[in-house]
Amino acid sequence: MSAGNLARLTAIAALLAFGFAFPLVFTNPAVTNDAIYTLIFVAWAAAWNTFSGYSGYLSLGHAVFFGSGAYFTGIATRDWGLTGSEVFWLLPLAGLLGGVIALPFGLFALRVRRHTFVVITIAVFFIFQLTAYNLATTGGTSGLLAPPINFASATYNNPFYYIAFGIAVGTVLFSWLIRRSRFGLQLRAIRDDEDRARGLGVRAMRIKIGAFVFSAVPVAMVGGLWWYYTALVDPSSGFDPLNDVAVALMAFFGGLGTVAGPVLGALVIEPSYLYFQQQVSAGYFFWMLYGALFLVVILVLPRGIIPTAAEQIGNWRERRRSKGADAALLPQATTDAGRAKELA
Amino acid sequence: MAQFLQAVVDGVLGGAVYALMAAGLTLIFGVMDIINIAQGILVVLAAYLSYALSVHLHIDPLLGLLITVPAMFVLGVAIEWAFMRRLRGRERVAMSLLVSYAVAVIIEGALYQAFGSTPVGYLPSYAIKSVHIFGFYLPYIYLIGFGLAAAALAAIYLMLYRTKFGRSVRATMQDKVAARLVGINVDRVAALTFGIGVAVTAAGGMVFGATNTFNPDSGYDLISRLLSIVILGGLGSIAGALVAALFMVTAEEIVNIWQPTWATAVYYAVLVIVLLVRPTGLLGKREARAQ
Repeated sequence: MSAGNLARLTAIAALLAFGFAFPLVFTNPAVTNDAIYTLIFVAWAAAWNTFSGYSGYLSLGHAVFFGSGAYFTGIATRDWGLTGSEVFWLLPLAGLLGGVIALPFGLFALRVRRHTFVVITIAVFFIFQLTAYNLATTGGTSGLLAPPINFASATYNNPFYYIAFGIAVGTVLFSWLIRRSRFGLQLRAIRDDEDRARGLGVRAMRIKIGAFVFSAVPVAMVGGLWWYYTALVDPSSGFDPLNDVAVALMAFFGGLGTVAGPVLGALVIEPSYLYFQQQVSAGYFFWMLYGALFLVVILVLPRGIIPTAAEQIGNWRERRRSKGADAALLPQATTDAGRAKELA
Repeated sequence: MAQFLQAVVDGVLGGAVYALMAAGLTLIFGVMDIINIAQGILVVLAAYLSYALSVHLHIDPLLGLLITVPAMFVLGVAIEWAFMRRLRGRERVAMSLLVSYAVAVIIEGALYQAFGSTPVGYLPSYAIKSVHIFGFYLPYIYLIGFGLAAAALAAIYLMLYRTKFGRSVRATMQDKVAARLVGINVDRVAALTFGIGVAVTAAGGMVFGATNTFNPDSGYDLISRLLSIVILGGLGSIAGALVAALFMVTAEEIVNIWQPTWATAVYYAVLVIVLLVRPTGLLGKREARAQ
């Protein structure tokens, strides 16, 4: 095992241990509350990235799955009279429902590319939001309330935290496996040049739909969890267009199409969002700040933190190696080597 | 039947205003290959400008267009210059959507800050009075909106097909690299096109504000309608946007007669059905599909 791999494994193990110990160390419910929302977005961003990041098809409609998961969990809890931790058993079903919705959605939307695809996802999103407003079973504008939960108040947040943590870790693992697989390679071939990939024998439609369906499952699951934790879903919060864009921002911020990028993005952006929201409560100034942050991220770091940092580290290593090999080598040559590597 | 005809007339008159707003959106797309998600909130911003002029300065909204149109034009040029021009690379399409969304969020925040979330509206005398012809009641504002939209669309058409600048715009739409090679200043064309595409929201916003109450949240509803229209018409096709807007708004008015709660869904349903049959939209070019 190389030193790099060992370091990476150690870092992952440390991160997992930190995640496990988090609610035991920080017992303040206000802190674990923010942690739960952050983990929900880690799962969502990582799942979104397995489709949009790998395939290059930008979906602004994943809130469809989030809202559907939330509404499904809400309706099933109400109609089947579930209470307490029984509700958590609905989450796999919510995930399944997300996948089932994604299949016809994908079959239809993935016939078109680029801008048209983005707009179709937005249109489908609005159909779902409108449906939630208009149906009787979804409670219309007032939405669905969760029943009161009788967990002990000191550890009330813990079940939610660990389930969100489990879904997030599972999603990232899944994203990593996909990226390493033939399936992931085919997805990235589609991103680079779909027509050429098809020419080389990639069954583009199947691959795209597969990724779309897979990416919907965790999003619907965290949607269900979010409903139970927040205790209320209404059409504008369950189907919130801002969430779609926030997730895209997280992935861009960390590095679109990388495994760690969306996780890093969610871990940075969601807590700062919550912090700003709680601190800068004065009016809507906070909104403008958020939009401005958004602009800065995209204009200054268009490729995201992880790819930019990886390139910097690569350049630095290159420079060190060539210095050791030949002290007389001109710096000009090393930067050219770095640049060639970047191009390759 | 009378109700039905009234719905058709309302749809055609109202559709013209949507056609104008959508024409701006599709023009920007054609030249720059980006979708301006902020178009919806820009319409709302223009409506607030008309509102502020009429309520605080007592300037008639129609007369106020002399101020709001240039103001929106300058804002459009500024947005293009500050943000859109700087996008490069493979993810340009995605980034342009996110950047224009961020611009929309900033404008929305600013509007909330300035005007609050309570819905407002203004009612110039011509928004209340209506004229009775051929058995239809037509509010003057609808006629004014239709006239404004028709005039602006005609002006855009003449600009595109009868002027040298229009020729350079069309050349840029066809092939950016070739346009640059024959000496067209593509950056300038892009900035001016973005300005024109945003300036039409001033007229659209004035009519929108006079016919609806609105708050900063109204931008979402507008942009989802406008996006449906431009995709249905075929991205980059102004004629397509015109046809799609008239069709969509008329269909919405007709459904509205017996199903008011689901009327908005017509937009998306029509869009879904048409795209299943024709993925490029009604008048879209084949290239719109290529990656």
